[in-house]
Amino acid sequence: MNATTETKDGEPTRRDFIHLLASSAVAVGAAGAVWPLVAQMNPDASVLALSTKEVDISAIAVGQAIKVIWQGKPVFIRHRTPEEVVEAEKTPLSALKDDEARNANIGDKAAADDSNRRLKPEWMIVVGVCTHLGCVPLGTDRGESRGDFNGWFCPCHGSHYDLAGRIRKGPAPENLKVPPYAFVTDTVIKIG
Amino acid sequence: MSHESTYRPGSFVERWLDKRLPLVRLAHDSFVDFPTPKNLNYWWTFGGILSIFLVIQIITGVVLAMHYTPHVTMAFDSVEHIMRDVNYGWLMRYMHSNGASMFFIAVYVHMFRGLYYGSYKEPREMLWILGVVIFVLMMATAFMGYVLPWGQMSFWGATVITNLFSAVPVIGDSIVQLLWGGPSVDNPTLNRFYSLHYLLPFAIFGVVILHIWALHIPGNNNPTGVEVKTKKDTLPFHPYYTVKDGFAIVAFLVLFAAFVFFNPDALGHPDNYKEANPLSTPAHIVPEWYFLPFYAMLRAITFDFFFISSKLGGVIVMFSSIIVLFFLPWLDTSKVRSMRYRPVSQLWFLIFVVASVALGYLGGKPAEGTYVVLAQIATAYYFAFFLIILPLLGLLEKPKPLPKSISESVLKKPDLSSANAASE
Repeated sequence: MNATTETKDGEPTRRDFIHLLASSAVAVGAAGAVWPLVAQMNPDASVLALSTKEVDISAIAVGQAIKVIWQGKPVFIRHRTPEEVVEAEKTPLSALKDDEARNANIGDKAAADDSNRRLKPEWMIVVGVCTHLGCVPLGTDRGESRGDFNGWFCPCHGSHYDLAGRIRKGPAPENLKVPPYAFVTDTVIKIG
Repeated sequence: MSHESTYRPGSFVERWLDKRLPLVRLAHDSFVDFPTPKNLNYWWTFGGILSIFLVIQIITGVVLAMHYTPHVTMAFDSVEHIMRDVNYGWLMRYMHSNGASMFFIAVYVHMFRGLYYGSYKEPREMLWILGVVIFVLMMATAFMGYVLPWGQMSFWGATVITNLFSAVPVIGDSIVQLLWGGPSVDNPTLNRFYSLHYLLPFAIFGVVILHIWALHIPGNNNPTGVEVKTKKDTLPFHPYYTVKDGFAIVAFLVLFAAFVFFNPDALGHPDNYKEANPLSTPAHIVPEWYFLPFYAMLRAITFDFFFISSKLGGVIVMFSSIIVLFFLPWLDTSKVRSMRYRPVSQLWFLIFVVASVALGYLGGKPAEGTYVVLAQIATAYYFAFFLIILPLLGLLEKPKPLPKSISESVLKKPDLSSANAASE
C-alpha cells in the first residue's frame, strides 16, 4: 500500500506521523499488558509472609547438627566442637575455591574466613542448598557422609563442603549461603 | 509439490460446503490424493506414529486432569487415588507415562531419519526448524508433566533443572525465583507447571499443523534424496501410505501395550513412588531416560573455561546441543541429500548415533571417573559432527552417482550394493 506519499520536499506526511504514533501507543500498551502477566509469577504476599522463623537451639548438643525448614529450604544448624572451630579457623583463604563469605549478615565481598561465616564461633548456620544445582548436602544427620573436609557432602554431583560450609572440592561454584539470622536470646535464633 | 486439486464434490451438500468452507477439499488434497514419492521406507512412518501419540497423550491427559489435584499436600495422594480408586485410572496413567516415552522413541527415530536422508536440506529448512521447535516444546511439556506426581524425583528433578537458570550471570537468581514463585520449588511452582503442562500440548498441536503445511509445500523427501520429477515417481497418499503408516502404527502400539500392560514402571524411577521431601535429596538424581543424553552433556563440563564457570559452561553446552540443530540446514554443505550416496558420511553418522546413545547411557551413571571422561569425548563428538565434520564432508567427500529419478532407482536396481549400503 502506498498511501503514505511524501510531500514535495521529502518530509514525512501527517499520515506517517499518525502511523508512528499509533504503533508506539500499541507497543507501550502491549508492554503494559504483559507486565502484570509476568509479575504474577513472582512470589506472592502469602509466600513472602513466611519469610522469618524462630528456632530454639538449646537442645542441640555439642557436635550435633539439625535441619530446619526456612522459606521451603533446609537450614543446617551445627553446634561445632572447640576442635572443629579451630580446624575451620586455621584454614587459609588460599585453600578455598570461593573466597567470598556469602554471609547475608555482613556486607558483600567479605573474605570467607571462618569468623565472617558465623555470629558465634560454635554455631555454624548455613542454607542447606548446594550451590551447584540445589540438592541438599548430607552430613547433618548422624551417620551421613560429611565429605573429605568433615563438613557436608552433596551426593548429587560430589561437592565437598568444610566445617564452615565452604566449598572445597567438586563442581559447586560457591560456599553455602549464610542466611540472615540473629540471636534473639542465647538459645533462640531468628532466621530471616 | 503443489498439485492440482482433484477433489470433485459429489452431493449437493458437499458442493454447498465446498463453496463456503473447502475443508473437505483440504483434507482430500492433503491426505487422500496427495502425491507421495513411491519409494518411502518404514523410517518414513514415524511422522504418523508421532501424530497418533500426540492424540493419545492429549486424550489420556485430559482424563487424568479430571482426577488430579495440583496442590503439594494432595498431588501425590491424588495420583495414588487415580491408580487405586478411579475406574481404569491405572490404565490412563500408565498410558500417559509410557506414552511420553513412546513419543520420545518415535521422535528420536524421526530425527535420525531426517539426519540420515538429508530431509532438512533446501527447500525443507522450515520443515526441519519447525520440527526442532516441536522437539523443544515436547521436552518442556514432558519435564513439567514429570513434576506433577510430586514424588521425590519430580521434586528434585524440578529443583535441579530450574536451578540451571541460576547459572545465568547477574539475573540468574531472579529468573529462578520467577520460575518458582517463591524461594524454593513449592506449591506455586506445582500450580504453574500444571497449567503449562495442560497448555503446551495444544501449542505442539498448532506447530504440528505448520510442520505438515511446510511438508506439503515441497512434498516428502525420500530415501534417494532425488526430488520427484514426474507423476510416475509418486503414488497417492491414500491408500498406499495410509495403509503403510497404519501397519507401522499398529506395530508400534504393540510395543506400547507391552510396556503399559506388562512392565509399566520399567522406564520410570522407583524413587518417584516416594512423596516429595524438601529436606532429603535422593542419592542419585536422574531425569527421565529421554533427557539423559542432554543431562550427560550438562555434567560433562567439569572444568572452568576462562571466565565461564563449569556450572555455566555445562548449561551453555546443554542448550547449545539443541540450538545447533536449528542451524543444521546451513552447516551441512553437501549438495547430495541422502547419505545413501555418501559412503564416508555414513560412517560419521554411525559414530554420531553411537555417541548419542552413549551419552544417554552415561547420563544415567554417576558423574565420576571414567564416566565423565567418556561423556566429555561423546559431547565433543556431538558438536564436532555438526560444526566440523558435516561442513567439511560436503566439500571433501566424493558422493556416489545419483539415480536420474526415483522411478529409475526403484525399477532398475542397477547397483545392488548401493541399495544395501543404505541400511534400510
